[in-house]
Amino acid sequence: MSIRRGLLAELDSAGAVAAAADALHALGYRALDTWTPLPLPEVEERLGLRRSRLGPYAFLGGLAGAILGYGIQWYADVWVFPLRVGGRPLHAAPAFIPATFEATVLVAAFVAFLGVFVTLRLPELWHPVFEIDGFERASADRFWIGVGEDDPLFDRRRTREDLAALHPLRIVPVPEPPR
Amino acid sequence: MTAGAAAAIPRERTAGSHPLMVGRPGDATLTDRLLAPLLRAPRGWGWLLLLSGLGALAMFGAMGYTVARGIGVWGNNIPVAWAFAIINFVWWIGIGHAGTFISAFLLLLNQRWRASVNRVAEAMTLFALTNAAMFPLLHLGRPWFFYWLLPYPTRFGIWPQFRSALPWDAAAVATYFTVSLLFWYLGLVPDLASARDRLPGRLRRRIYGVLALGWRGGARQWREYRMGYLLLAGLATPLVISVHSIVSLDFAIAQLPGWHSTIFPPYFVVGAIYSGFAMVLLLVIPIRRLYGLEDLITTRHLDNMAKLLLAMGWLMAYAYIVEAFVAWYGGSLYERYALLVARPLGPYAWLFWLMIACNVLTPQLFWSARLRTRTPVLVGGSLLILAGMWLERFVIIVASLNRDFLPSSWHIYKPTWVDLTILGGSISFFVFLFLLFVRFAPFIPISELRELRHELAGGERAP
Repeated sequence: MSIRRGLLAELDSAGAVAAAADALHALGYRALDTWTPLPLPEVEERLGLRRSRLGPYAFLGGLAGAILGYGIQWYADVWVFPLRVGGRPLHAAPAFIPATFEATVLVAAFVAFLGVFVTLRLPELWHPVFEIDGFERASADRFWIGVGEDDPLFDRRRTREDLAALHPLRIVPVPEPPR
Repeated sequence: MTAGAAAAIPRERTAGSHPLMVGRPGDATLTDRLLAPLLRAPRGWGWLLLLSGLGALAMFGAMGYTVARGIGVWGNNIPVAWAFAIINFVWWIGIGHAGTFISAFLLLLNQRWRASVNRVAEAMTLFALTNAAMFPLLHLGRPWFFYWLLPYPTRFGIWPQFRSALPWDAAAVATYFTVSLLFWYLGLVPDLASARDRLPGRLRRRIYGVLALGWRGGARQWREYRMGYLLLAGLATPLVISVHSIVSLDFAIAQLPGWHSTIFPPYFVVGAIYSGFAMVLLLVIPIRRLYGLEDLITTRHLDNMAKLLLAMGWLMAYAYIVEAFVAWYGGSLYERYALLVARPLGPYAWLFWLMIACNVLTPQLFWSARLRTRTPVLVGGSLLILAGMWLERFVIIVASLNRDFLPSSWHIYKPTWVDLTILGGSISFFVFLFLLFVRFAPFIPISELRELRHELAGGERAP
């Protein structure tokens, strides 16, 4: 729910943005988003964000890595290139564990890392909200909250009044993208 | 080891003799202060970079000479076929471990003090691993065939032998480096966004902007980011334990007296974290001084790390005792000779005793609460511990190999100038990479400190 068109309000504290999320949610707005310099788990709850699905995906990645890692070793040392050394068994499961473990972690970590960027559709170097003057303080000391135009309740005048009731520093629309 | 480390860390806020953060700077001030190092180098930075760069060049020169002439230019020979290359490899990779320990292990244990030192520690991991990985490759003799270590289909139908410990090493080191890099970069993204938004200059903003990948700090972004970061921490934690365990298996799987022992994996992991914390202290102390960050990297951090050194030092002492005890108790003639005669009394005895002094006696200084916060003591102690850990690997490798089963093949190993140049140069190269890092990347996690500040402020308001 990345807001590309709508109205944004600039606030000056984490507490204010939490209260604002509460108030707007109570008014019935659903297309809400915040932009903050630090993670605010309590606000995420109020925005009704679903649980991240990265965990299960990383688990599946780890499983795939384990199968792949063990499979490569079995294929190499048992199937295509069996090498008898001192009569030791070709399929030496304990000896295959270390590399299998590493492959598990490697694939799971790649899935977790890439998963963050894939689910968030990053990299996206330009975004309409970046056109707002002063928005860059969202990565330092300002807390922004916005209502998207796709919200059924969105109405340019009424939403502006609702935002004004939160006593923000200012209210700005997301500018039209430059052509 | 976990229990030892956890016991050495005081519980948050209850052991409040030293604060985690002095004063409560505002978000904007905090951000600008931590971004300031990206704008201007401190005095002497250029000279240090030049000096360490020259050292690194000397190393690359000696490496080029090795590749051109073959590894006969090193001091290794049968029976001491493994020497400086493997000592340096194990030493560097061990140093890397504290980075992951701080950034992942302590994150899972909810140790908030890790925040201000974790990025320095992670960068240290990456650079230490870069150094470490060069040594086994050079030791191959024909490093341009390094890819033979990887399992890939060839026309010859030849595959790596996974029943040997050496391909495990390749898998462990490659995985460790990759996961550390991903973890480090993911942690950097919000700070790169701060750099994009606040630094002056179009070029700078563009570079950091591209690196920040369009981070906006949206609610959904933070949610996925936190989950991704936690997952990587969870994955990196067993990885720290596994990597040095696997490195130690290179030794433990061999039959050589002095190597063939089940104590090796935990013994190596403890040693790794021990030397790593010494290196973190050695890096953090000059940084906080040079950049005036004493209020963010406080005496509390130094105190905690010194306590960890003390705990790890005792675990090392315990490992040395058990190693000797098992050699005696196990009843193998060769093992008893190797550990109870050759090491303490043999040709390398002075190095053995020097190692004991460095690794076991030095940390005893940190019983004193006053000494734990004195930076000269910490720097000196850390240097001694790093030297001691290097000597430990020398003793394990050289003193075990030089007197193996057959007395007629005993041999005294001496390093050559090439060995020494490469070792010295690798330290220079590490410093060189680190200097570049503190100049161009936010070396203290800004967003995490903002979070810490909010948390501390919240805790103070609600008693």
